[in-house]
Amino acid sequence: MSTAVHPMAKYLRPGKELTTACPGCGDGQIAHSILRAIDQLELDIDDFVFVCGIGCAGWIPSPYFAADTLHTTHGRPIAFATGVVLAAPDRRVMVVSGDGDLTAIGGNHLIHAARRNLDMTVICVNNRIYGMTGGQVAPTTPQGVRTVTTPNGNPEGSFDLCKLAEAAGATYVARWTTAHLRQITRAVIQAMQHQGFSFIEILSQCPVQYGKLSREGGAVATLDHFRDNSVTLRRAENLTPEELEGRWLVGELVAPTSELVSPPTSEVADASTDDGGES
Amino acid sequence: MPETAAVIPGRFFMQGNEACAEGALAAGCRFFAGYPITPATEIAERMAQRLPDVEGVFIQMEDEISSMAAIIGAAWTGALSMTATSGPGISLMLENIGYAVGTETPCVVVDVQRGGPTTGIPAVPSQGDMVQVRRGSHGDYEAIAFAPCSAQEMFDLTVLAFNTAERLRTPVFIMADAAIGHMREPVVIPPETEIPRVHRTLPETGGDPFAIQGFLSEDVAPMPIFGNGFKSHVTGSCHDGYGMRNVVDATALDHFVRTLTNKITKHRDSLMHMESESTDDAEVLLLGYGLVGRAALAISRQARSEGLPVGCVRPITVWPFADAEIRALCGKARRVLVMENNLGQMLPYVQAALAGITTAEPLPPRILGSLHHPDHVLEAIREVLS
Repeated sequence: MSTAVHPMAKYLRPGKELTTACPGCGDGQIAHSILRAIDQLELDIDDFVFVCGIGCAGWIPSPYFAADTLHTTHGRPIAFATGVVLAAPDRRVMVVSGDGDLTAIGGNHLIHAARRNLDMTVICVNNRIYGMTGGQVAPTTPQGVRTVTTPNGNPEGSFDLCKLAEAAGATYVARWTTAHLRQITRAVIQAMQHQGFSFIEILSQCPVQYGKLSREGGAVATLDHFRDNSVTLRRAENLTPEELEGRWLVGELVAPTSELVSPPTSEVADASTDDGGES
Repeated sequence: MPETAAVIPGRFFMQGNEACAEGALAAGCRFFAGYPITPATEIAERMAQRLPDVEGVFIQMEDEISSMAAIIGAAWTGALSMTATSGPGISLMLENIGYAVGTETPCVVVDVQRGGPTTGIPAVPSQGDMVQVRRGSHGDYEAIAFAPCSAQEMFDLTVLAFNTAERLRTPVFIMADAAIGHMREPVVIPPETEIPRVHRTLPETGGDPFAIQGFLSEDVAPMPIFGNGFKSHVTGSCHDGYGMRNVVDATALDHFVRTLTNKITKHRDSLMHMESESTDDAEVLLLGYGLVGRAALAISRQARSEGLPVGCVRPITVWPFADAEIRALCGKARRVLVMENNLGQMLPYVQAALAGITTAEPLPPRILGSLHHPDHVLEAIREVLS
């Protein structure tokens, strides 16, 4: 009898097969999508330095990816990564962290690294809440949503992270959700091949904190919500601003024209209609 | 000699901050990240000018938090790295300084101290950050700090700071002040061959990366720097000798904290540098560090020339604290006057070292931020002797 081995297991640190992620968390899907991008490009994981901050998403590469990993202080992974990429330009530097880490406490480093157009890939896992600390409001929590620190609903507006990165000077910007795993892999491939600062926002479900507090529901409900409320650039062209209100524009939002790859027609349909997921 | 070599041997009339930058370059520093702040900015300016010529990297970051982060990131690629700032910048760096301690990252942090608290007066010298660098980051840890008293020592001690950081894999502070930073004096830079250089130990390449114990050895573990297939896991979380996180077991935390601390205390004797004069028969000892220590020495000599039994002790290593050395040198004195350009930051440590042996009293300058006036100190000496 043969033993089934996960095709991405070769990239994992031995003995670290069990994660601490909550049931239904999107971290595992995202880890898989990142590793698949590395695998598809046939890159050597030893050429990478993964840099992450504090929060659930920081645990995507740390300690699971069997590669050089710098798990930093809260909010600062991009600042640490700046030192790595400048001192060792031959390294492939990938920052994987959460929305609170990268855009609240670490927002200053995000905009300045984007402005400098440093050659790194930043993957921002946006679960719209502080998950690890128990469900507090984040700069990405939609207005009105109930969290443990906004018991009467979030009175503040939220960041559009991709617009923020673009305005700051990021030269590759993409947004997908955990309902779009193939698209995430494709975006990571594009970002890794892009010379300069790449920013990928991945909306991810947090059923244990966000789903419960916002009453959005479990993991599947959020994935459905992501799928139903994501609009690709192509589809958005035919929609009015009113129709786009409250929906996520997904796809490659900023990319040098020379790097844009037209996906086969079937994949366009796949990305723009109902089924963006792994299925 | 054109200023395109890492070491520019010769005799120069040089500012303390410039000498610090030259010391860094001579020691092998090739990465500087910083943020402008008076009175430390000239170090950054010199590094910005000099580093590109020696294949180094200079970057002006968006703040001091990211400056400290960037030098740690650079250190993990194998570079000797440094930042320079003043008190407000140290305040911002402290969390990441603790990260450097916890992850055993060699780097040098120069603090050109200015008058505080808060914005204070940027160009007025002070010794107000002495305890901050020792205790300012959270948790238990040991710090290493040297206090230069001249432009020459800004060069020499910066070299020593890099060598110490490399040897013990930990951040090392240079505790200067606005006066030393901005003062111009003769500085002799020796030929490159005469500059001692210590390099961090690295694990052997080509072995099993998961078998490398790159952390938590009191004898300093080899540093699994990035880019060698070591698959290093560097985390500020409590971890074991392999760098693997353990955040559930208090005994792991105990081991983490004690090993990091013991690594420094075990090597404390090799870190001690001190200057002293006429301590054997002195009834009054002046104890000061940095530029104040240099003034203390001058005043002590003046007192001797007037026939007064006075000596001087100038700790060059301010952390770890030279308690045993101070006890040995000061034990016979009737009184130790602790001269600091603050209201008594190292004083409690001196008093603790001398408890039950002799008395140590604070002697700040009449006006904080200015150097001690000799007449003021001599008056204090005569009062003790009368």
